Order: sequence, then C-alpha cells, then structure tokens
Amino acid sequence: MAERCAVIGVGQTRYTTKRRDVSIAGLVREAALRALEDAGLTFKDLDAVVIGKAPDLFEGVMMPEAYLADALGAAGKPMLRVHTAGSVGGSTALVGAGLIQSGVHERVLVVGFEKQSESNATWALSTHLPFSSSLVVGAGGYFAPHIREYMRRSGAPGHVGALVAVKDRLNALKNPYAHLRIPGIDRAMVESTPMLWEPIRYLESCPSSDGACAIVLSSEQAATGTPAWVHGTAMRSEPLSRAGRDTVSPQAGKDCAADVYRQAGVTDPRRQIDVAEVYVPFSWYEPMWLENLGFAAEGEGWKVTESGATALDGDIPWNPSGGVLSSNPIGASGLIRFAEAALQVRGMAGEHQVDGARLALGHAYGGGAQFFAMWIVGREKP
Amino acid sequence: MSDPLTAEHVLEFPGGYTRSTGPVIGRFLTELRAGRIVGVRTADGRVLVPALEYDPATGDAVTGEYVEVGPAGTVTASAWVAEPRPGHPLDRPFAWAMIKLDGADTALVHAVDAGNPKAVAPGTRVWPVWRGERSGHITDLACFAPEVTRIVSPVRVPYTLQAGGALRVFLEGIRRGVFVGGRCASCGKVYVPYRLSCPECGIAIGEQVELPDTGTVTTFAINNLPDPRAPEVPFVSAYVLLDRSDVPVIALVGGIPAHEVRQGMRVKAAWVPESERTASMANIRWFAPTGEPDVEL
Amino acid sequence: MSRVAREVAIVAFAQTRHTAHDTGLSEPELILPVIEEVKALTGQKRFGFTCSGSCDYLAGAPFSFVSALDAVGAWPPISESHVEMDGAWALYEAWVRLQHGDVDTALVYGFGKSSQGDLRAIMTLQLDPYYLAPLGLDQLSYAALQASALGAGRAELDAIARRSRADGRRNPYALDLPEELPDGYAVEPLKASDVAPITDGAAAVVLAAGDRARELCATPAWITGIAHRIEPHYLGLRDLSRSPSAADAGRAAGVGKGPVDVAELHAQFAHEEPILRRALDLPDDTVINPSGGPLAANPVMAAGLIRLGEAARRIHDGSARRTVGHAASGPCLQHNLVTVLEA
Repeated sequence: MAERCAVIGVGQTRYTTKRRDVSIAGLVREAALRALEDAGLTFKDLDAVVIGKAPDLFEGVMMPEAYLADALGAAGKPMLRVHTAGSVGGSTALVGAGLIQSGVHERVLVVGFEKQSESNATWALSTHLPFSSSLVVGAGGYFAPHIREYMRRSGAPGHVGALVAVKDRLNALKNPYAHLRIPGIDRAMVESTPMLWEPIRYLESCPSSDGACAIVLSSEQAATGTPAWVHGTAMRSEPLSRAGRDTVSPQAGKDCAADVYRQAGVTDPRRQIDVAEVYVPFSWYEPMWLENLGFAAEGEGWKVTESGATALDGDIPWNPSGGVLSSNPIGASGLIRFAEAALQVRGMAGEHQVDGARLALGHAYGGGAQFFAMWIVGREKP
Repeated sequence: MSDPLTAEHVLEFPGGYTRSTGPVIGRFLTELRAGRIVGVRTADGRVLVPALEYDPATGDAVTGEYVEVGPAGTVTASAWVAEPRPGHPLDRPFAWAMIKLDGADTALVHAVDAGNPKAVAPGTRVWPVWRGERSGHITDLACFAPEVTRIVSPVRVPYTLQAGGALRVFLEGIRRGVFVGGRCASCGKVYVPYRLSCPECGIAIGEQVELPDTGTVTTFAINNLPDPRAPEVPFVSAYVLLDRSDVPVIALVGGIPAHEVRQGMRVKAAWVPESERTASMANIRWFAPTGEPDVEL
Repeated sequence: MSRVAREVAIVAFAQTRHTAHDTGLSEPELILPVIEEVKALTGQKRFGFTCSGSCDYLAGAPFSFVSALDAVGAWPPISESHVEMDGAWALYEAWVRLQHGDVDTALVYGFGKSSQGDLRAIMTLQLDPYYLAPLGLDQLSYAALQASALGAGRAELDAIARRSRADGRRNPYALDLPEELPDGYAVEPLKASDVAPITDGAAAVVLAAGDRARELCATPAWITGIAHRIEPHYLGLRDLSRSPSAADAGRAAGVGKGPVDVAELHAQFAHEEPILRRALDLPDDTVINPSGGPLAANPVMAAGLIRLGEAARRIHDGSARRTVGHAASGPCLQHNLVTVLEA
C-alpha cells in the first residue's frame, strides 16, 4: 500500500524575463535552498533529487542533471531527470512523490527550472525539421485553433479571455515572485493589445520567464514543519495524432481528473476543492479546463469565469498566484502550480492566500494538450 | 547527398546562447580575463579550481575567499588527440589534460599544446598560454604549454535526416500530386499523412489509400507574427480534414483574405505546376476555397 | 531501498536488429516492432504504467518523445511518463511506480538514432556549460582522459574489444564488426576498437509484480535489487580511475550478496569495463557482456535498458540464476544504475 507523502518545503525564485545575475546552477540553487530553509533541512537530509525541465534546447545544455548534480547536493545520491513537455513540472513532482509513496525514500528534493533567456523560446520550439511542413508558430499558433473551436462550440462571448487575463494579473500583484506585474491592468488594456494568433491577444498570452521552483517531499515519519499532505496523484497521456481526438476537452485530461478525484474522495470539485492552480498559458484555457476538470458542465465554463467565481474572492479561486499567464519558466511552470497548491493548504501563500483553504488542486498539461499531471493536496492527512 | 529525401538539418541558436554566470563563475572568468587563475576555498579549506558556487561533495555554499593559483601546474592525466575536431581549442594534434595548478586541490581540464604525445604525461609541468584578446571565457586560456594559438568556435550541431518509412511513401505521393493515407485494419480510420501504425490501436497499418485533394477547414488560427514559411502577414494556418480521411492536416489557407476564412469552409489544394514538383510539401502552395457551400461541423 | 520491496520482475524484453546507419525509419517506426513484440510475448495490450527514455539532441528537435507515443497505442489514455535519460532510468521509474501496489504491469522503452548527428560533438553539450563545453571537449576525448587516468593496459583493452566483437557477431541484434582490430589511436590512449560503434536502435521491456509476473512469464527475472547514484560532474574533481557512484549503486543493489553468473555492463569504451568490474566487485568467474555489450551495438538511450534486458534474458532462457544489469549516464561514468536479477 502506498505510503503517505507530504510537501514540507517550497522555494521559488522571482520570475523575470532575464535573470542575468545568476548561473544556471545559481538559479536552481536559489529555489532549492529556499525550499530546504522552509523545511528546516539541508542537502544532507535528502535521499534523492528529481529535476524536470522542458526541452534542453532552451539553454543548450543536454541532460543538465549531469552538470547540476553537485549543485543540488546530489553527489552520492540518486538523481532523475523528467521531461514530459509543458506538463513536466507536474510530472516531476509526481515522480518525486512516487519515490516517497513507494517507500523507497524518506525525503526527496524536486526542482523544475528554465532559463529561457539563454536563447529564445520561439526559436527553441520552432526548429523546423526538413520534410516537415507544419505551419505552427510557437505554442500560441498551436493552441489558437483549439480556442477558436471552443468559442464556436460553447458560444462564449469574445471578452471572456480578457476577463481571465485581467483576473490573473491582478492576482500577480499580490505575489512577490510573479513576473508580469502590471499596475492598472483592466479589460480595456488587454483588449487594446494586438492579436498575435487570432483569437489570442498579446496580453491573453503567457510571458517567457527565467526561474526555478523547488519542493521538499517527505514521508510521514520524516515530516517537518507545516506539511501539505498529498491526497491523490495522477498522470495521463494520449497520442497526438489520433483520429477524432477532442483537442478542446481532451479525454486524457478528463481521465486524469477522474483518477485524482477518486483517490482524494472528491465527487464535486467545485464545492469540495477550495482553490486550484491550473496550467492556463492562454487565458481561454481557464473556461476550457473548468469544463475538462469538471468544475463546470460542458459549454458552461465561460459562465463560471464570467460570474467571478474563479477570482481570489470567488467561491472557487483559480490561480491566486497569477498563474502561468503571469510567470512562465516553462520547465518549472507545472511545479509552481503544484507548489502553490501546497502553499495554500499550508496557509503560507501570503497576500494571495485563500482563506481557510483545506484542499487544493495542482494541474499541468503539455504537448498538444495531450500530457496531463495533477495532484490534490490537503491540510489534513488523507 | 543526391537523394532528395535526405537533407541536412542544423540546430544552432543564432549568435550563441547568452549565459549569465552568477557571482562565483563570474569571478573566476573575470580573473581569467585579467590574466589570473583563481580558486575558491570550501568550508573545509580545499581550493576548487575552477571555482564552483558549492562544495561538490556536500552541496554547501563555498566561502567567499578566492585564492590565486598557478600559473603553472602538473598534469595528472592526459589524452592525445591526433585529429582535432572543429570545436576543439587547437587545430593541430594536442592533448587533453587534467592539470592540478599549484595551490589547487582539484584539477582543471584543459588542452595542452605539446607537439607530440610523448611530450605530455602524468607529472608533466605545464604553463598557461593566454589569449591576447580576453573576454572572460574559459578559452581565455588558449591552452597550456608555450605556443600562442587559435580560438574556439561555438558548438553547432549538424544532422543528416532522412525521410524514410511512411514519410517517404507520403512524400513520393506528393511528388505525383496525390495525398497518400493509410487505413487501420482494426478501427477503419484513415490517417493522412500515411503512417506505419495506428495511434489509437497501436498496430501496424498496411493498407495505403489515395485521397482527394479537397477537404474542409475544421478550425484555424490567424497568425499576425511573420514566419519565413508564410507569404505574408496575416496568414491562416488551418486544420484541413481531407475528404475520406479521419484526421486533419495543418496547412496554410490562401486565395482568400484571412478574416474571411470560416470553420466549415470547403477548400482544395493549390499545387505548383507539375514541372516544379518535388517530393516535398512545397508542392502545395496552400489550400484555397472551392466556393462550395460551407459544411455543418 | 528503505523497506521491503514488492516483488517485481522483467517478464519480457525485445530489441531491434540494431544498425550502424540510418535506415530512414522515424523513431516511432523504429519502436513499433519492439512494442508489438513485448505485447505479443506477454499477451498484454494495456499496461498499468508506461515510461520511456530518449534525448532530444539525438533527434535534433525538441519533444522527440511525443511522436513516439503514437507507436504505443495509448488509447484510452494511459498513465505515462518520460525521462530525458537512457531507458534504464525509465525502467527504474516504472519499478518505483509498481511499488505503490495499485498497478501490476509496466511498459518501458528507450530509443535513439545516433547516426543522424555527430555523437562525439553532441555529447559535448552535456558538459558544464561554462568550463567544459566551451572547450569543445568531445565524448571520445573525455573518455580517453579517463582511460589515461586508469592507466589501462593495451593488451587488456584489445582483449575486451576482441571478446565484445566476437560475442556481438554471435548476437543477431548486434553489429557484425570485424575480428581484426583497426590500427592507430582515435584519441590516445583509446583506439577506435575501444569505442562503441555508432548505432541506431530501440528496446522495450515489460515489468510485472508478484503473481502477475508468474502468469505472464514462465521464468520471470526478479529484480532483487535496483539502485542508482550520481557523483560530482567536473572531471577534475573526480578520481577518474574509479567509479564511486557505481560502487555505491552496486552495494545498494546488493550485487555482492551472491554469485553473479552474468553481468551486462554499459561500458561504452573498453576501459570502462575494468573500472566497473572493480567498482561492482564482480567475481572473476562472472561472464561479462555475453551479448557483445555496447562495443558491439550501442543505440544511445536504449543501450542501458538493453543491458538490463540482456541480463534478464539469461534468466528467461534458464542459462543463468543470478545476473547484474548496469547502465551509465553522464561523462566518464558519472551516473550509474545497477540491477540484480534472480531466477
């Protein structure tokens, strides 16, 4: 039977366009040492390190766990490198949690990072191979048609995307680590920015960030400080090119949510979950994921967003940290969701704390919306 | 390389990656630029050269104390490169060596310009050869040993990629002006481009089917960011479901203003003239409206 | 392992007939036959967990593992993960996943086409990006530094190369490399015959727990120990003549707790074999790399998983009772994984 697993430390760097003041090792150590400090531990107390990041092309360092092993105190220990596209931060947390739940280790350090400023994300994501004719320009170019199809199917009015863009950036003003902090952000400002990949506007898109996030996971007997307890973990993947694939509400996302809810005893996510940190890199993905994750009926997600329910003072706050729309070091973005969910139930989210949060969802997705990773963490033991 | 279905592909970030060094590596490289080699002291008193931000054994931060070492050192191990490669620091035969600089507790990895393999061995004493123009880079040390020499070029990764397997079948079809797809014997779905296995069933696809060059736009993006593969901005990248197939292809839509493209619009491939065709998707300029009524999605 | 582990075994193993050149097949096309083969061997179409290992820099593009999923038949959606490491570490992740107790089977695969690029130069990108990679220090050169630090004798290295090639010629999946060893140094002290050949290939393994393993395989290869360890990166910080991380992993996996009939070692250069032999404290009568090992076929990102698969195969076919499978990653054996398999 699986062992209990707790998040006992969280560390983040500030997220920004270019962290010119640190090396790659310095960046990941900043997050790792903060997580250890939060847990009241040092590198010596760790049994293993799991590191996740998106494509190595961003930094031009192949399989960087080799170079970063001693920077993360892993000398003489096991170290794993996870890569599952955009969901990688979430998957990395789940691989770390698995090392505890399996009884293999007592304490594991999980780190996700990206230092995108060493090259350029659009270049790294659009290395056109010979013979490929795919006319997709960056992630926005890929997701825009699926957003268009969501708008057609649901009949959502065009301004809903702007509402999410404003809400998440208002939340970011309460998060000292957030990258995009835009005083005076409002719907008019968002709607005045150009369409990059219609129907996606500039301010409806995530930024490109440098940053790292780390968490310390422990078994029940090795827990220190204020734990957030893991109540459920799940990953699901589906093939990109399957005929008839629903790219608006992928089956892998639905199945992943059903699995994690079953483990955590959640039957009505909107009521039972107090706060969710969900991977929303383009604002329209909030209403789309509200439906995919069962917080709203099919076609109704945009109404939940429009009602204000997902705001920090709504009945089901989504992305109180400001989310991926406000900070996006790709390899860390999923882990930040998982870590922020833990901070919420630990009551340690600071100015963006949701009052009385007891159960929180962390979510990440990647590839062509085909890789999903989720966990549910709670204040009480499962 | 005369086979048109074999091509070179280079992964190279223009101008090279820009790496911030952080304070410790930065100090080491700054000292290099100034013509000095320094190490950093760990909490237990060892001197690490090159300087790291952490004690590799424990992960603990190092002290802030920098110690000048060298300039000479002793080779602890070496390897002889008879045929230097483009990325190597020297363009003539040389040795890689681990060099324990005087005053350091660890060895620096660098090149030794020794002339012949017998001139370098464990115990050999070597001196740094500095580049005249230094920029704060590990290659400010051109090498060790007495001669002045050349500089390094950035790492560049060339590949030779082949369109083999199913892609070759598909592109040979495109050369003839035909879309070749494949039908899964298990689920009956028709995949285009032709592929060797069904993503849903996970089994091999044997049957090839030739598909018409007409289809329906299921959804699309209007791209306002320029792309070298698109003729102008804005351009429309669309999911086109070819008739009699079950999976859309992503393609450019043209022959119509971007904002007049619709979900459900009927389109047909616009081929380049037969004399210009190759086994390449460049045969299809884009998909253009047929003028038929839109399809209900 | 801090607790008593759940019984898990390798119940099926398949590999491609590896090639020294690019056959033109895409990665998913390369994988498909080995996935089909392990599905046929076990009669299973679905697995409780799936994990793969591969490397974007071999493919020359990001997300090289995404299309590979198309070969698996991942529908309905599967519980799946990927490591940017050799498939041996994917097997480790799957073994950990099976320890949870809620799933009983796992599919693991690894794949790579080294032929598409210049492996010596690509491996440079794995080095410290401030102090090593800018030097252009290539894979063969740093391996040669390690051989020099070890001071391995030429006769010993030649004997390893000859034995590996002879075994490889008897292995239908490995390359046919000539008996005659070429003259001349590649990077002295390493000769070309000390270096694993450029190889394209893929491999797949099925793991199963407890009674499920007994149902799926007449002679399961039980994993009685599995552990991996990494050591500091920078070459000058290490005593390259030894591999403390391999020794630690070997102890943690319990290599020394019994006889070792066969050891499949992921030695990509001839001199790595004596270093690993010593680190794992292997008895003199242990047969090393009867498959020919990486010196006879080295599909990068699958070659470590193949060592574990070959070690299991000796138990599946009844020719061995207790075997060791080893995988390595990072420059100069920086990261080592050791598995003990028993009948």
